[in-house]
Amino acid sequence: MLKSEITPVVTDIPKLRRIPERWFALISGIVVVVLLTGPLWAGAGLMRNAVDFLSYLALAQMWNLLAGYAGMLSIGQQAWIGLGGYSLFVVADDLQLPLILGFVMAGIVAAVLALPASWLLFRLRGGYFAVGTWVIAEVFRLLVTNNVEWLRGGYGRTLNVADFDPDTRELVTYMLAVAIGIGATALVFWLMRSRVGLGLTAIRDAEVAAGSLGINTNRMKLFVYVLCAGVTGVVGALIYLNQLRITPDAAFSPQWTAFMIFIVVIGGIGTIEGPIVGTIVFYFLREGLTDLSEWALIILGAIAVITMLFAPEGLWGLLKRQFSLEVFPISRWLPVKSSEKN
Amino acid sequence: MNQQPTTNNQQLLTVEQVNVFYGELQALFEVSIQVGQGETIAIIGANGAGKTTLLRAISGEVPVKQGQINYQNKATRGVAAHQLTKLGISLVPEGRKIFPSLSVSENLKIGAYSNRKGPWNLEKVYQLFPVLRERANVSGTNLSGGQQQMLAIGRALMNNPDLLLMDEISLGLAPIIVKDIYNVVKDIARSGTTLIIVEQDVSRSLQVADRVYCLLEGRVSLQGQPADLRPEQISQAYFGV
Amino acid sequence: METVITVVLQGILLGSLYALFAMGLSLIFGVMRLVNLAHGDLIICAAYLGLVLTQSLGISPFLSLIIVIPAFFGIGMLFQVGMLNRTLGKGPLPPLLVTFGLSVILQNALLLGFKADNKRLDAGSVETASLQLGGNIAVGILPLITLSITVAVMFGMQALLGRTSLGRALRATSDDAATAEIMGIDSRKMYAIAMGISLALVSIAGVLLGIRTTFAPSDGPARLIFAFEAVIIGGLGSLWGSFVGGLLLGLAQSIGAQINPGWFQLTGHLLTLLVLVVRPTGLFARTREA
Repeated sequence: MLKSEITPVVTDIPKLRRIPERWFALISGIVVVVLLTGPLWAGAGLMRNAVDFLSYLALAQMWNLLAGYAGMLSIGQQAWIGLGGYSLFVVADDLQLPLILGFVMAGIVAAVLALPASWLLFRLRGGYFAVGTWVIAEVFRLLVTNNVEWLRGGYGRTLNVADFDPDTRELVTYMLAVAIGIGATALVFWLMRSRVGLGLTAIRDAEVAAGSLGINTNRMKLFVYVLCAGVTGVVGALIYLNQLRITPDAAFSPQWTAFMIFIVVIGGIGTIEGPIVGTIVFYFLREGLTDLSEWALIILGAIAVITMLFAPEGLWGLLKRQFSLEVFPISRWLPVKSSEKN
Repeated sequence: MNQQPTTNNQQLLTVEQVNVFYGELQALFEVSIQVGQGETIAIIGANGAGKTTLLRAISGEVPVKQGQINYQNKATRGVAAHQLTKLGISLVPEGRKIFPSLSVSENLKIGAYSNRKGPWNLEKVYQLFPVLRERANVSGTNLSGGQQQMLAIGRALMNNPDLLLMDEISLGLAPIIVKDIYNVVKDIARSGTTLIIVEQDVSRSLQVADRVYCLLEGRVSLQGQPADLRPEQISQAYFGV
Repeated sequence: METVITVVLQGILLGSLYALFAMGLSLIFGVMRLVNLAHGDLIICAAYLGLVLTQSLGISPFLSLIIVIPAFFGIGMLFQVGMLNRTLGKGPLPPLLVTFGLSVILQNALLLGFKADNKRLDAGSVETASLQLGGNIAVGILPLITLSITVAVMFGMQALLGRTSLGRALRATSDDAATAEIMGIDSRKMYAIAMGISLALVSIAGVLLGIRTTFAPSDGPARLIFAFEAVIIGGLGSLWGSFVGGLLLGLAQSIGAQINPGWFQLTGHLLTLLVLVVRPTGLFARTREA
């Protein structure tokens, strides 16, 4: 601290030690192989845990993309989980179509309904945008509960998937979870390395300036909003394939979004590693506090608030600063000595 | 060029070797100025020379990274802007910064928020700028540019300042209005208030100032009394050529 | 015809409570451009504090306001100074996320302390008393009291903001906090006072809510949404707008419930979305940037 106070002109930017890309590819490859071969070596309990973990990871990645990278604070992501879950039930049970189509439908339904929602929400800013997303989710919950008879929302319903024996179902669920968890992370990684990532960072840092530089801010935000809704919808299908029973109150519960937010905030908002770290922390905390659901939420909430107050960059941010490390190679540097940080 | 006379008790304000940064961009480089009790100081310089930054450092709006500012023989580093206002430093900010949801009279009253004792009150300001009385209940932003400038000056006077900082008060105003406003500035100076005036219009500031500092690229490039400064000296200090 | 009048009256009386919810939210947004996502949960907390006081001291809930209001004013100041002021200047997300975290903490703390059962504040005979307006139309005394309190609070707030030195300082801070600082105004103190006032309004709203209807720990978010909808309908940054917005929201809900009990909330949501489509700045917005 003191030293930097005396240095008049910045010459030493904290250089991030980036893991060489070859290594990164190798490590990612190993992780993917380990996960994919899970059924060969892992027990049923571990696999069930992995499904849970990967669902939360995917949710957190999407919320982080939305809020951390694009600056849109949503507290209504449960809308897409609920819609995705119900889409699966309708396609797989009511229409008797293949399960995988249910997942595709979940994504499509959520993404398509996100369009009119965004049309309304993009008139709001900041905190009012946030509450607006909640109202949208509430509208969907109320419609599903009371107004759409063929969804049989009112009392909840159970997924029949009669053509599966439990073992096959668990295997399918697991494989889908691996695909979705890794897919969501890879999607954010790929997006942030593309032109979209650059534009998003510009929008988050200075929306007006970004607009004046020719970035179509509204189109880019719309793209991210709809994409996040779609993927979150797919995760919703995964969650309810795993749980087999759905009710509007549970599927459209704000608690889903609370979990996403706590995971991302604790792990580190605005980084790809953050949601991963956050999901691990969340997972262990939840396992440790299973019988105390209220206490678990109070403790999670308190940790998130404390993180925001004292270490807004989250756990990963602290680690990154300690070891100057970046795992996912996405940050960009100007060559030579730049005066830009981050 | 930057040799400092020893500080004495007559100094109301001393700025010593001050460095100011915006993020990682350095705006002021070891700037030193002295302001004596009752003096009128002009700070001139081109756009981006650091004049406004210097005023904002004195008024506590931007933090001083290195160096020291003493006001009434007390160090002001780390003292919040609103506390410095209570101690008698008032700023007429660049761009006037009239509060749009407050009426003219409310804008003036807010200037007296710190309840400092002194010669100025609502009535005195209205006498100084009669047009403000006529438009007392209009929203402050519905005034013309010149009237807004009068309001900004009046608002600062309401604090009964010991040190009044004025930033670019002639900017964007018709010459005739500038002349009126500068007549008022002379009156204020004559009443004993210490003034620091930041101005791009060099001849205007030379007329009212006891002493002048010229800033060039964040450094003091020239200082002295208007009578001692030759025009080519000034233009060299101003443009750096 | 009588039904129509009853529905309208009910809507307006219900809406006056929403107006009270909205005012606190609106004030905070006006002064520091922050939406307090724990607003609804704080309303419910106030109802529980009223409950604890009426039960332990055996006093009327109206009397409990003497303690609840200053307590919440103090909590608001502490909340701002201890938490939110620390997040200033770090972008829009941190303060929002802090209030969101607080919302979840409060909700679950109430669940731990009071269980999920519905509770109610007992105000005695006032609850059932009503005023006959001829025909079959009757107006409950309690809703009338709520409406009167809301109107009184409205005028009180207007006088505070419009006529006092504190009100001027709050408006100046809202306009331009940096310039307010050089007028000698400590903006952090203004934020703390604004949050204190907001929570004082919240506490009145919470106790009135508790007398009017049952409440449970998880009711907070819905109250936040009602407050938000009243603000959106009325227009950001306008005190009277929030008031009328609250009344219109109550009206929409009352009409919806008349058509189909399940539509009670839905019609309110739909009215809000409709206003967003037709007039995104709200019906009574001032031209000022939000």
